[in-house]
Amino acid sequence: MNEDKLKIGGHEFNSRFILGSGKYSMKLIEAAIKYAGAEIITLAVRRANTKENENILDYIPKGITLLPNTSGARNADEAVRIARLAKALGCGDFVKIEIMRDSKYLLPDNYETIKATEILANEGFVVMPYMYPDLNVARDLVNAGAATIMPLASPIGSNKGLATKDFIQILIDEIDLPIIVDAGIGRPSQACEAMEMGAAAIMSNTALATAGNLPAMAEAFKNAIEAGRKAYLAGLGRVLTRGASASDPLTGFLRD
Amino acid sequence: MENQFFVDSEFLSPGALAKKHQLENDPASRKNHMEYLPGMEIIKSDVCESVMSHVNSYEPGKYAASDVKAALEHDTCTIEDFKALLSPAAENFLEQMAQRARLETSKHFGNTVYLFTPLYIANYCENYCVYCGFNCYNHIQRMKLSMEQIEHEMKIIADSGMEEILILTGESRTKSSVEYIGEACKLARKYFRMVGLEIYPVNTDEYKYLHECGADYVTVFQETYDTVRYEQLHLFGHKRVWPYRFDSQERALMGGMRGVAFSALLGLSDFRKDALASALHVYYLQRKYPYAEMSLSCPRLRPIINNEKINPLDVHEKQLCQVLCAYRIFLPFVGITVSSRESAEFRNGIVKIAATKVSAGVSTGIGDHESKYTGKESSDAQGDEQFEISDSRSLEKMYSDISEEGLQPVLNDYLYV
Repeated sequence: MNEDKLKIGGHEFNSRFILGSGKYSMKLIEAAIKYAGAEIITLAVRRANTKENENILDYIPKGITLLPNTSGARNADEAVRIARLAKALGCGDFVKIEIMRDSKYLLPDNYETIKATEILANEGFVVMPYMYPDLNVARDLVNAGAATIMPLASPIGSNKGLATKDFIQILIDEIDLPIIVDAGIGRPSQACEAMEMGAAAIMSNTALATAGNLPAMAEAFKNAIEAGRKAYLAGLGRVLTRGASASDPLTGFLRD
Repeated sequence: MENQFFVDSEFLSPGALAKKHQLENDPASRKNHMEYLPGMEIIKSDVCESVMSHVNSYEPGKYAASDVKAALEHDTCTIEDFKALLSPAAENFLEQMAQRARLETSKHFGNTVYLFTPLYIANYCENYCVYCGFNCYNHIQRMKLSMEQIEHEMKIIADSGMEEILILTGESRTKSSVEYIGEACKLARKYFRMVGLEIYPVNTDEYKYLHECGADYVTVFQETYDTVRYEQLHLFGHKRVWPYRFDSQERALMGGMRGVAFSALLGLSDFRKDALASALHVYYLQRKYPYAEMSLSCPRLRPIINNEKINPLDVHEKQLCQVLCAYRIFLPFVGITVSSRESAEFRNGIVKIAATKVSAGVSTGIGDHESKYTGKESSDAQGDEQFEISDSRSLEKMYSDISEEGLQPVLNDYLYV
């Protein structure tokens, strides 16, 4: 159990909780990271300050892996340009592809995401694409060089939980890359459930940002994610959908 | 009670005064406000019809408390729910609306508040809009900044830490040409991450040109969606053409702009209908251009130079708050801007509920940032302001006030790509 690491593009992490940083005060980032036990934090390149005013990078402790995202990109071309900009800004090789052609629900554009993934993977980025859970797309992303697959649980910011549960399960069952559930996870119990299903990690922002006590909620998520992971590794017991398990089976009389 | 908009200036020539009076008193002397002028592009769009069919049939008085309660219980807000939330019946549910609005705001924007500042580069205007300080018959100090002066202003603003700028002009194509504005955008790109425009409506190819010059966001206020009232308030000039103005945002998006902003000027007509129209304008255009970023403003009428008595009539702070909460519940994903027309107290309160963007370090005059930002008297001439602002906080003060409220100020949320 101690050797259970999250592996992304040749890097190893102990924590399976990826933090968002976009919806709460920068002053809370350090506490959020601490209580979440997080080792990766996302960063919207479009919001990165270029001037001396409060710079989000100043609030992120050293040793934490930055995961710049391409939010604001409407197509592959824009995402690629934002990713290159992030690298030039010194944010490292990781990039989370977010391409939205819809400003209302912010649903990811799978087609453009595949295109951007291929280009950036070829350039040496560790590409983590945010996507709508579709098995064919996930396979295309694997072929395009993605390091993980990040399916949404429900619309971003909605806190509605695992609305796409069955489809995420299919990705977990069929795709060899880590499946990181991203967007829509609103409660620790939902994070735990996704981890029990076999998700490799959870990414969350709004659930923490909208909580009454952000550090406390970060810790609650951390514990839930760890519990879910342990349950998954332990192997969950079976669940009967109907009736009970009879100690005297109806078919016990059969002789051969 | 109505506003008394007509003010005569002793500086007008007898001929100009006679023309002004004729425009004011003889509707037949005014051009058809629904007819395009030569050079105005006509686009094929059904957005206007979709919006106005709702607005024309909207009867705010017919909604009851039960409709408002039902609207607040629904997971998603339908157009019918939105109409209920804008109705007089909803005024008794303001706190519940605010609670719901705050929840929606936090889900979509967290605790962030964006900051920007406007930069007026010229106040020449060829229109007679009776409520506006820039109107062509109002005797004010007119000015158009040179490129050197614009750059000087921009440097001062950028030095204050601001990363987003909104460039404004009066509506005069001859004094402030599209090329002049384009050059200002190119300069702005040197100093700011995000450049917005609030200028007279232009054609698609001109929006495309301005986008190429660095502008990414276009704001056009419809002022009022009530075409009859619009005709009585915009007596002369290009701005008088209501449908060309209505289609501005769509032309801007067709021209490649990332985002567009909308607004009615509350207090000009029935504010509930104007709020309904503004939000539906966003709603239908978003369905047609789902990738576009959209935002709403909610200005109320303010006093102007030479007419201190102009006021927003029945749109008090409570009504304004109701409109903003209804906007947020109906369109959780849109930006909502509250300008310095409103008081510091109102803006401090509303950013905790529904607003996501506020201006800071504001001047609505021309060429006076140096004196306002540094206290240093400028030797250059200055142009008069468009309206009186209410909240004059600097960027620094606004930043610290917002932070003290537990919110996170954000100076930029865009990348020009």
